[in-house]
Amino acid sequence: MSTNPETLSAPPDATGRFGDFGGRFVPETLVPACQELEAAFTEAWADPSFRAELDEVHRLYSGRPSILSECKNLGARLGVRLILKREDLNHTGSHKINNVIGQALLAKRMGKKRIVADTGAGQHGVASATAAALMGLECKVYMGAVDVERQALNVFRMKLLGSEVESVESGSRTLKDAVNEAMRHWVANVGDTYFCLGSVVGPHPYPYMVRQFQSIIGDEAHTQISDLTGAMPDVVVACVGGGSNAMGIFSGFVDEPTVRLVGVEPAGGAAIGKGVPGVVHGMLSNLMQDEYGQVQEALSISAGLDYPGVGPEHSYLADIGRADYPNVTDDEVIAAFRLLSETEGIIPALESAHAIAWLMREAPNMQGQTVLMNLSGRGDKDVAQMMDILADADGNV
Amino acid sequence: MPGRLETEFRAKRAAGRKLLVPYITGGYPGWQEAVRACAANGADAVEIGIPFSDPVMDGPVIQQASQAALEAGVTPQSVLDEVPGLDVEIPLAVMTYYNLVHHPGPERFAANLQRAGIAAAILPDLPLEESDPWCEAAAAHGIEAIMLAAPTAPDERLPRVAERAQGFIYSVGLLGVTGERTSLAHTATDLAARLKAITDMPVLVGVGVSNAEQAYEATRVADGVIQGASMVRRLMETGPDSVGDYVAEVRAAIDRDTVTG
Repeated sequence: MSTNPETLSAPPDATGRFGDFGGRFVPETLVPACQELEAAFTEAWADPSFRAELDEVHRLYSGRPSILSECKNLGARLGVRLILKREDLNHTGSHKINNVIGQALLAKRMGKKRIVADTGAGQHGVASATAAALMGLECKVYMGAVDVERQALNVFRMKLLGSEVESVESGSRTLKDAVNEAMRHWVANVGDTYFCLGSVVGPHPYPYMVRQFQSIIGDEAHTQISDLTGAMPDVVVACVGGGSNAMGIFSGFVDEPTVRLVGVEPAGGAAIGKGVPGVVHGMLSNLMQDEYGQVQEALSISAGLDYPGVGPEHSYLADIGRADYPNVTDDEVIAAFRLLSETEGIIPALESAHAIAWLMREAPNMQGQTVLMNLSGRGDKDVAQMMDILADADGNV
Repeated sequence: MPGRLETEFRAKRAAGRKLLVPYITGGYPGWQEAVRACAANGADAVEIGIPFSDPVMDGPVIQQASQAALEAGVTPQSVLDEVPGLDVEIPLAVMTYYNLVHHPGPERFAANLQRAGIAAAILPDLPLEESDPWCEAAAAHGIEAIMLAAPTAPDERLPRVAERAQGFIYSVGLLGVTGERTSLAHTATDLAARLKAITDMPVLVGVGVSNAEQAYEATRVADGVIQGASMVRRLMETGPDSVGDYVAEVRAAIDRDTVTG
């Protein structure tokens, strides 16, 4: 394990590692493609014209910058100053658009005609389908059969946007299997297909590249919260599945030593809380696995966090003690989902509700603190599911 | 000094024999009989799959066999425990994914293979750059680390893969995962030829070699073939005896031009 004393927001080392985590564990077939992508991203990220184009799409299409909202009602109830970074207000309803706009522009720059994506809740799939429609790329989205069923609206959305949706019947039929199938597709079509991964996971350079594309959240929030409060927050908190929204907001504060970073995992998919280091989807990172190393199924109320692994940079931040990764139960998440809706008029995505659930539990120990929370997505996609869970026969909550 | 598998393969190649390596998913019902049937019908080695939950280089047939084995409670150790009892003369290799090596640790995994009498291992999600810890542990326990070469590899990469490889070089036949195809991809013979030009290691083509005729075609360039999905499909559909019949059929095809056996 090594820490870079200069800055924690530095790129990974030449082998794609953050400390001990990351790397590039892919079939030989994909190694040249990963190398090509690394070179293309490095070159594009350093090119002012690429950054300007990305910035323009963010402003004129996605609706950036996303605002900060101060939750005065809920904050007063919990005894904290609660400020939300409103990624739920982005086009397509979550932070996922930040990453896919970047990757789709990169795919075009690399001369690729098609993108293939994995999706859990469907948010990354919808965002990928959206970016593909905007930029004239073909798009194919792999989605676990279980998720296809529980997120039917997002499946239809992707089709409406002109994408093909492939239901994955192998393994646990959720996000991890969708990633496997997308990788298999990439192995077979590596020449003309761009693999648009949805989180800070996968082989190098994906964890770094996706973090950079999501770092706009942290960059904006750093300035915005300074303007709003005149100081750094005490705590920055976000939900963590693969961990892209969390890395996005953490990246703006990781080098602020007074700011506590908290990534909230689902109890049924707590890769850092309950897993040990392992290798899947091209990376060495914390992973929920059995005593033999078979990858376990994640089971949580939110499809977007049903992932047994986590981005390697999170494993690193946990390893060096820079960030904490508590977990919350589905029941706590349901309560949080209701509480934010009722007190602030904001229906959060079930994923984002994990961060609220943690704050509800921990607020008694944090009285008077300023909490910056990344509200990674909006809850429209979850309303039907919550109706089944919460409503009585007359539809009353 | 070359290990047992490489020594035997080099000697057989020198004698004019083409090499045949069937793949059988360990733990799938009847797998032990299938391995014996392979050995009895002309296989030069058998590759035993240790089922993994997320087999990213495998297509539907081998995925299905792996999943069935896992659901039946098969573990890496339960497969290895059966290996000494197979009682076959040919060398045995395992094929699995790197997490099953990383989890116990490369050292312990290599020791487990050695104890079971395994000669070599193939890890398709472990590329050259990440292979140091495994290759060191394997060497310490006399396990030959078979390396894969892919059609996408630029010319400068192939000699480095060949340099690292032990046993034989697994020349990936096409862009894609394991599974049967109607014809042999041109990439299969192209890559085998590129490898033959830069190394004297035995070069075997695997992934997408789907029947006896394709095996014949591939071995006009390569030193041998690995066949997986076509074996496992027969094991699942018609049982171990049909695997033996099929191995005999492939053997006859690749021996077709051989004057002395």
